[in-house]
Amino acid sequence: MGGPAPAVAATVRELSVRFGSTQALDSVSLSLFEGEVHGLVGENGAGKSTLGKVIGGLYQPDSGELEVFGRAVQRWDTRRAQDAGVVIIAQELCLVPALTVAENVFLGREHRTFGVLHRDLDARYRELEKLCGFGLPADAPVQSLPIADQQKVEIMRALARDARIIVMDEPTSSLTADESERLHEIMRWLRERGTTVVYVTHFLDDVLANCDRVTVMRDGRVIRTAPAAQETKAGLVEAMLGEPADMLLPERPPAPPPDTPPVAEMRDVHAGAVSGVSLRVRPGEIVGLAGLVGSGRTEIARALFGCDRIGSGEVLFRGEPVTDASPRASIARGMAMIPEDRRAQGLVLLRPVLENVTLPHLRRFTRAGVLSRGAERAAVRELIERLGVRPAALDGDIAVYSGGNQQKVLFAKWLLGRPELLILDEPTRGVDVGAKSRIYQLIVEIAAAGTGILLISSELEEVAGLSHRVHLVRGGSIVGEVPGPGTSVDEILQRLFEVDEPAETSREGRP
Amino acid sequence: MTATAPARAGTTGVNVPALVRHYAVLIMLVALFVVLSVSTSSFLTLTNLLNILNQNAPLAIIAVAGTLVVICGGFDLSTGAIFSVANVVAAWVAVHLGSPVLGLLAAPLAGAALGLVNGVAITRLRIHSFLATLASSLVYGGLAVLITGGFLISVPAAGFTALGRGGIGPVYYAIIILAVFALLSGFLLNRTAFGRYVLSVGGNAEAAELSGIRVNRIRLYTFLYSGLAAGIAAAIGVSRIGTGQPQAGDGLQLLAIAAVILGGTSIYGGVGAIWRSVCGVYLLALIDNGFDILNANPFFKDLTTGVVILAAVALSVASRRR
Repeated sequence: MGGPAPAVAATVRELSVRFGSTQALDSVSLSLFEGEVHGLVGENGAGKSTLGKVIGGLYQPDSGELEVFGRAVQRWDTRRAQDAGVVIIAQELCLVPALTVAENVFLGREHRTFGVLHRDLDARYRELEKLCGFGLPADAPVQSLPIADQQKVEIMRALARDARIIVMDEPTSSLTADESERLHEIMRWLRERGTTVVYVTHFLDDVLANCDRVTVMRDGRVIRTAPAAQETKAGLVEAMLGEPADMLLPERPPAPPPDTPPVAEMRDVHAGAVSGVSLRVRPGEIVGLAGLVGSGRTEIARALFGCDRIGSGEVLFRGEPVTDASPRASIARGMAMIPEDRRAQGLVLLRPVLENVTLPHLRRFTRAGVLSRGAERAAVRELIERLGVRPAALDGDIAVYSGGNQQKVLFAKWLLGRPELLILDEPTRGVDVGAKSRIYQLIVEIAAAGTGILLISSELEEVAGLSHRVHLVRGGSIVGEVPGPGTSVDEILQRLFEVDEPAETSREGRP
Repeated sequence: MTATAPARAGTTGVNVPALVRHYAVLIMLVALFVVLSVSTSSFLTLTNLLNILNQNAPLAIIAVAGTLVVICGGFDLSTGAIFSVANVVAAWVAVHLGSPVLGLLAAPLAGAALGLVNGVAITRLRIHSFLATLASSLVYGGLAVLITGGFLISVPAAGFTALGRGGIGPVYYAIIILAVFALLSGFLLNRTAFGRYVLSVGGNAEAAELSGIRVNRIRLYTFLYSGLAAGIAAAIGVSRIGTGQPQAGDGLQLLAIAAVILGGTSIYGGVGAIWRSVCGVYLLALIDNGFDILNANPFFKDLTTGVVILAAVALSVASRRR
């Protein structure tokens, strides 16, 4: 930005937040300028979201000070934050789906007399719309809009509350590249108006391209705040991890010879968002699926695993066509899948570690339906010790385990069955650095033992660094293939975007 | 970034909310038991206690099976109506086939069949169990009236009442059946693969499905089991009075669910215990019995029961972590 010293919109001093045994924020200090887009980056669990939520009033700090527009904040919640001009737009949007755009925008701010609404909603909305120019229909129910438009509704809602600081928590995580770019335009527009935007995200390129300043966090602390122009992606990653990124990746096992028959194969499969996908995974091979969020990677995995019905095409396992596709049948054949959403799809959070691990394999531990608990416990104990699950308690309450340990439990769950094909959908999402490197090791070990692996990840370093071959996925199709070894993330990105309109490449537009 | 919500569960081994959920019903039951024992002389007698056990055994049997349904994430609102159908079927068979034994056996069979219909409706038509069994309870209630033509069916055969009125020594058969059924169900829940599946499906149906479990089949079995239990309860009930009544089961379903909830079984599924539901039934029974023997104003009976249930549900919700 340059020029005279900018005015300070909000200041955070030595702020700490504790959740149970986790120190989420540890004496964090930071100032936000008026009219800047301020990026907050860090690993999952680094505290960037927590900091955003404290500023937005969703969480209360345990200690420390928060000053907004020169006034020290005493009690702080979303209502008080809004009154002070601070609005947070959470990752999961908080709109009432059945109400219209205008009703949502002014929800809680309706003009009324004795509870009876004034009929000025449309007029107020038009006025606001003149300001924003988003072009959203006032009377469309919010649920009929795409996520990107719903986000605009949230932004209008913030503006209707005269927000001067808007915290956006991972706003682009469910947007397409195009939609993200439009959101970035809106951020720039907000900046022009003098609004401060706190942009919490894990897309480093977006941060570098769109933010004025960036704050890097790790383990609940601020590592540094610097102008984005002075940062590089590698530098950010190193600050986030505390070590150079490539240190984490283990050496991949030798690729199987190309004439090895595949353990699993898809031939021109169409299913829902999947259109015409063909791929092969050989025993001991790690095949990556690289694509942006929403490109259909997960859907390809689900079709392969039998979760979603296949419209046309063929899935073959060990050379035999699969005719009775279902997760149950797939598991019986020797497939396993660690799904994208660990808590919603992978774990039964109410049940202890032991039961989660043995769930797909109970038949092995039963005689006439009756469980042999000794054998069950022995098998699981050995496995969770090998994988280094902490705490290593069979009856541990999985719901309070860290993301990394939850993920290890899911690995244990499927390794107990010695699968021939393992599908990993975002295996390191929400996982801390230590667990991440353990998971990388595991993936390599599993492949080395002869299991074919289909690896999906949004972290392209991961896909490129672990896979033997990487399929590039766009719009539910495989648009290309590159070898894992020797291919850089930038090359993959270029390949992913080269079939696209040039305008969209600006999302990842930095060299 | 998965922002971990403020984790309320303690980091140490002792989880106070879970303890409350586990033992609240037992503590309330024991407390009420002590109060009644101390405050009246007529409560703590073998006869009175056996009577309380015996009278509520059918309800407890329904609640035991209902626990599995609730743990699996469902609700069975049709157990009262199944009880009604099964008890008139028993009487009808006993009268028309002239065999009290066949009659009493027909009740559990009829119950299981109706439970199966519930299960099929819920899993095939994908109707929420709450609505499906609400509807089926109306159908079954109508069926019970149709079978009897609206009248009672008296069973003159002497053997017919043996099950409901007889026993081993002073212990009624009903109590024995309840004990066996509860132990069996507890074993089923805690020591078999089926029980593990019930807990998992109730805890996270999608994760269970992706783990290769036939989620719908497990759900269906729980409703079958619930129907079977209502049928067994009906056999005891009809045998006790020797008459099949089309309204015999009215209201039982709500008491059974109340008892399950009192026992701390989560209405969201995934956690619960059989023995606690039995405690729930007898907590309700002691409140009822207490009003009788203390000569308290019966107008307050329902009110008290309702408040106790409300308190139990509030506890259960408060102790449920996100």
